[in-house]
Amino acid sequence: MSEDEPAVSAEEVRNVADLARVDLTDEEVEQFTAQFTEVLADFAALDEVPEVESEPELVNVMREDESEESLSQEDALRNATETEDGYFKGPRVS
Amino acid sequence: MADLNAYITETQIEGDDDGPLAGKTVAVKDNISTKGVETTCGSKMLEGYVPPYDATVVERLKDAGATINGKANMDEFGMGTTTETSYFGATLNPVDTDRVPGGSSGGSAAAVAAGEADLALGSDTGGSIRAPAAFCGVVGIKPTYGLVSRYGLVAYANSLEQIGPIAPTVEEAAGLLDVLAGPDERDATTVEEGADSNYAAAADGDVAGMTIGIPVELVGGVDESQRLSSANQKSSISGDADEGVVETFWDAIAELEAQGAETVEVSMPSVEKAVAAYYVIAMSEASSNLARFDGTRYGLNVTDVDGAEELADEGNWNEAFAKTREEGFGPEVKRRILLGTFALSAGYHDRYYGKAQDARAWIKQDFDESLSEADVLASPTMPVPPFELGEGLEDPRTMYLADANTVPVNLANLPAISVPAGESDGLPVGMQIIGPKYGEEAIVRAASALE
Repeated sequence: MSEDEPAVSAEEVRNVADLARVDLTDEEVEQFTAQFTEVLADFAALDEVPEVESEPELVNVMREDESEESLSQEDALRNATETEDGYFKGPRVS
Repeated sequence: MADLNAYITETQIEGDDDGPLAGKTVAVKDNISTKGVETTCGSKMLEGYVPPYDATVVERLKDAGATINGKANMDEFGMGTTTETSYFGATLNPVDTDRVPGGSSGGSAAAVAAGEADLALGSDTGGSIRAPAAFCGVVGIKPTYGLVSRYGLVAYANSLEQIGPIAPTVEEAAGLLDVLAGPDERDATTVEEGADSNYAAAADGDVAGMTIGIPVELVGGVDESQRLSSANQKSSISGDADEGVVETFWDAIAELEAQGAETVEVSMPSVEKAVAAYYVIAMSEASSNLARFDGTRYGLNVTDVDGAEELADEGNWNEAFAKTREEGFGPEVKRRILLGTFALSAGYHDRYYGKAQDARAWIKQDFDESLSEADVLASPTMPVPPFELGEGLEDPRTMYLADANTVPVNLANLPAISVPAGESDGLPVGMQIIGPKYGEEAIVRAASALE
């Protein structure tokens, strides 16, 4: 990796895992720290990309906001491990 | 033959009695929703998930008379080039069972190559249809962005991915694309082109007078490691495209020339940044898309995980989710979610995501220029022959680099086909033919000349 590319620290990996809501084992933190240092060094190649003018290709597609048939509540809830009174039940929020 | 593990779920979904695909079996990649049939994305996170609706492409298959005979194995959430990251085990390449079938649509390509299905659906975010088609010696098409509805495709990187066909011949692949293509009100990125297509008719092998551009950057000679970072000296990747692959590619080009095609060299300096740009964009989109997997509405739930029920009851909402996601996602998926989160985080967004968007626009410009000089462009689909099983799992970067020739096409929203170009040491080599936007007929025509 290049000299001006600082190594990724284990703390940074833990921080980003926290932001992404993914727990990691200590072993994963160690492995990812080394791998991320290399991958981010690869990404540094983008520093040399010139600025380019571009027009977005996509256009907004509008339609009337009309109610129509959709999934039944029963079907929508079928894959949830926990439901209550026709609602999804998530972990408690303190 | 050994069990290839091409399917995660074997099933029998009958379509209409008649239609263009009547009597045909189709394997459907397991990230495409099938009503009432488990759809796992190759992940523990979605083990047991049964979609309450069909993807638009599944409806179109059924309307066309096809029988869906299984959900095909894949890299977890499409994140891989070998189908080895599947929670349900690797798929073997029917050509050589010590080797990978490519990925991420490896089950789809292996099923077709082995005759376990007549046709298959894959999805292609950075080469996931073309790579396995090349490695298994079959045909795969990545359509122009917007040609095929993504409704019911479990999202990995929305701005890059398309569903497309895998088949034994160009004509059959094009015929399956005719069934899939066309607008869908449930996917606002779909377009009118393709509504009344007859791509199959373009498989006439008539390349006389056609100009084929060959981007020098995609055909050997370029040290792969230079593509990512010239400063990255730690790279263990040998770099150059495989000699046998390049030789087979040039032989196939000579064959096209013998049939009356003209070839012209083109230069696309931007593609050397494509792998870095692709991974930044794909990982960033993945980090957002995969945020939905928290176990509440579907998928692995915290209460299934040791110790997490306690967290859920104690009111640690975020901790409970983080525990579920640790258990549900495999290492490659975690890597991409975390790197994407990093690339989008405050202080890094402009440097990574912003620059990757610039690279994407630059690559589009280079394709526009090259395709003004040629009708289609050609390169080897993969710079290397099929990997041996286990070869690439240790170093994710090796796998990322193998996508060098396929990812530019997704960044530019263009159509491309992979067609068998011959063999090198008994292993299949694919030629990638890239067309202009909605130029499916041109790539089908050029590819059919190699059969």
